[in-house]
Amino acid sequence: MCFIFPTVGPKMNHRDSVPRHTAADYTICLAGNPNTGKSTVFNALTGLKQHTGNWPGTTVSQTRGLYQYAGKNLALIDLPGTYSMLPNSPEEKIARDFICFGRPDVVVVVVDAACLERNLNLVLQVLEITPKVVVCLNLIDEAKRRGFSIDVRRLASELKVPVVPTAANRGSGLDCLKKHIWNSASKKIEAWPNLVQYPEVLECSLQQLEVELTRISLNGLSKRWVALRLLEDDKAALTLIKHYSTLSTGRWVCNEG
Amino acid sequence: MGLGQMIYTLADMPMGTAGMIMRLKAQSSTRRRLLDLGLVPGTVVRYVRQSPLGDPIAFDIRGAVVALRKVDAQTVFVDPVKE
Ligand SMILES: Nc1nc2c(ncn2[C@@H]2O[C@H](COP(=O)(O)OP(=O)(O)OP(=O)(O)O)[C@@H](O)[C@H]2O)c(=O)[nH]1
Ligand SMILES: [Mg+2]
Repeated sequence: MCFIFPTVGPKMNHRDSVPRHTAADYTICLAGNPNTGKSTVFNALTGLKQHTGNWPGTTVSQTRGLYQYAGKNLALIDLPGTYSMLPNSPEEKIARDFICFGRPDVVVVVVDAACLERNLNLVLQVLEITPKVVVCLNLIDEAKRRGFSIDVRRLASELKVPVVPTAANRGSGLDCLKKHIWNSASKKIEAWPNLVQYPEVLECSLQQLEVELTRISLNGLSKRWVALRLLEDDKAALTLIKHYSTLSTGRWVCNEG
Repeated sequence: MGLGQMIYTLADMPMGTAGMIMRLKAQSSTRRRLLDLGLVPGTVVRYVRQSPLGDPIAFDIRGAVVALRKVDAQTVFVDPVKE
């Protein structure tokens, strides 16, 4: 594998093409699989009336609102639902782009407690992008109704990020959620989440790539995440990464051998 | 078991039946995508819905109903699960 590193030039402002709330002290976004209650959490926190519905794909664009906590303004961004950080539709792309390039101070991943296993895949993918994650374990009432009991403390200690059980449609757990968002945004608590460990051979390659990547300004992107996209040869993501970082001013060639 | 049953994909499942994911034929980003949808080997899925034109087809995968294009469904090998 070989790299040709770019010359460092003026920063491309791809960041500016992802709108960000300037009046706010912090920007928080709500991510998660479709139909997990993101807009319900959004409405409860901001007092706005985003459309909610009991089917996936209710939210198709990003919407922002504001709420106050500890005397500060927090901008909250409601994102469309997504199964993966490898987008397959315009809605999923909006979500991926904001999480990766929108510079949120905290990403709240809203998961469905009643089908937790399938939701955790996205949590692990988001953790590769940013450590500043709070897991909102929503629909906890539905999980209970179906007879599931979830060891929340265990889940939090396995992931090493805060996990807050909520029933957003009744407003339960939301004060605690706001507290954890605040702690994470104001960096009261530094997060060192547990990341997915890949087989030895991949970890070795990742380590080498990460060392190489220290030579370029990634504009705050996680080196490990960029290295993973390189290994995966995820061309769409690499194009965005180039625009976002100083790579935009040079050529970045990566080939086998 | 006959030879015919060895090539059995999501697209071959009769409506309402369940199957266990055995192997994914797709590579690179399509593979990643299918795995992200929950089509991980060992997972039991159920064919629950068909669109009026017969494509896409929808499966219950780990608690969510997910629509798949038939061409993608044909690349996911399953074992029928008897109930
Ligand atoms: N029982 C229960 N229902 C909830 C809860 N939170 C949300 N809901 C309901 O779940 C459905 C989906 O909520 P939405 O807020 O639209 O979900 P979403 O994640 O924004 O959906 P998309 O935008 O399509 O991804 C709505 O009918 C909500 O009323 C909860 O904690 N418990
Ligand atoms: Mg929504």
